[in-house]
This record gives sequence, C-alpha cells and structure tokens, in this order.
Amino acid sequence: MGLSAYLTLAAVVFSIGLFGVMTRRNMVGILLGIELMLNAVNINLVAFSRFHGEVAGMVLTVFAISITVAEVALGLAIVILLFRTRKTAMADHVDWLKG
Amino acid sequence: MTLEVLGFWVLAIVLVGSALAVVTTKNLFHSVLWLALALTGTAGIFLMLNAEFLAGVQILLYAGGVVTVVVFAIVVTEKLVGTRLAHTSRRVWLGGAVAAGFLGLLMSILAGVPLPMAPIPMTEDPTRLIGTAFLTRFLLPFELLAVLLLVSLLAASYLARPEE
Repeated sequence: MGLSAYLTLAAVVFSIGLFGVMTRRNMVGILLGIELMLNAVNINLVAFSRFHGEVAGMVLTVFAISITVAEVALGLAIVILLFRTRKTAMADHVDWLKG
Repeated sequence: MTLEVLGFWVLAIVLVGSALAVVTTKNLFHSVLWLALALTGTAGIFLMLNAEFLAGVQILLYAGGVVTVVVFAIVVTEKLVGTRLAHTSRRVWLGGAVAAGFLGLLMSILAGVPLPMAPIPMTEDPTRLIGTAFLTRFLLPFELLAVLLLVSLLAASYLARPEE
C-alpha cells in the first residue's frame, strides 16, 4: 500500500471526527469527535515517518498521544464541574458569557 | 503483498465503520465503546506501519486509559444529575455537508501531490530509534511533557475535587 492509501484513510477518519464535533450536542460527544480527529493526525504522522525512513514522526506521535490524554482528563474535569454548577451536559446550554 | 492489501482494507473498514458509529449512535456509552474499537483499529494500522511501540502505547493509553476515564466521567455525571445523558445530534445535514466538503478539499490536495509508493526501511529497530531520539534530539520537549502531565494531573484533580 502506498502512502496515499494511509493519508486517504486518515482524511476520512478526520472528516468523520469533524462531523461529530459539529453535530453532537453533548460535551462528552464533542470530546469523542476530537479524539477521532487527533487519531487521524497520528495515522498521518506515523505513515509519513514510515515512508520517509525518519523517526521524528513516530516521536511526535508519542507526544501527540500524551498531550491528548492530558487534554481528555482536563476536558472531562471541566464537564464534571459544569455538571455541578449548571446541571447540564449540553454545549448549547453553556452560554452565560453571552452579553 | 496481497495479504498486506487485505489487512489494510479490513482495518480501514473497521476503522471507518466504528468512527461512523461513534458520531451517529444514540447511546453515549455505545459511542465510547465504538471509539475503543476505532482506537484499537488504529493500533492495527500502526502495526502495519512497523510501529510496534506506538501500537502498544496506543492500546495502553488510548484504548485503555482514555476510554476508562470517559466511562468514569459519564457514570459520575449521570449520578450527579440522576438521569441518563441525552446524546443527540443537531444540524446533521449542514454538518455532513461541511465534513464532506472538507474531505473533498483534502482529497483534491492529496491528488495533486506526488507521494512515495514504497516505505523506506529504517536504519535500526524503530523502537530503539524512538528511545534514542527522546534522550537526544527531543530531550527538552520530553522533559516539558513530564511537566505538562504533572500540571494536568493536578489541575484535573483540583477541578473535579469533591464539594466542600
């Protein structure tokens, strides 16, 4: 399989994740869409790394995975905090910055 | 060669199918479980690309860690509210159109770029190369990553602390 096959697969998964981020109402659902998008980027990084014989892409993937884990932990902590104060999980209901 | 092509297609179908299920299924728990399948499929893709170390990291951190944390968060928040979490979508057609347009844009860019067809073999075992790179070329980001993980650990436990 050539590099373009992997890049195409990653592009499809990224678009599906983008769709999830745009259409989900629940904040946890939006986070899942972001996970899919980051995952697609990791496929790209590893594929480029493999097809160029250069290890930097794989190292960057380890960084990306670790930072994603931190991001999920913080995002879910914020979701739990919002639940306590506003009793909602819907991103549309969190609009009290509105003037 | 044919086995490689077959493996790629099976993994691609599993990955795309479970990703679609993540963004379309009505039940939030099922969404998370489909995400676990999608992440495991990605680990399979990493194996096909000779990145065994990354496949292990992917399964341990993503499919193991992230999915567990998300399930915990759902359970905790449902207990706080006392009802099942609604998990609906809105503006599906608009979102689908934007996502399809974005995919078309990416595809048109991909079609116009000459891409290598065959992988270039690494000089050594990729896992060994990753370890060496961490402690030489990428030492500063590696140490900063440790600080980031500590900060996010503290911040998450502070934000989600029990109410006084």
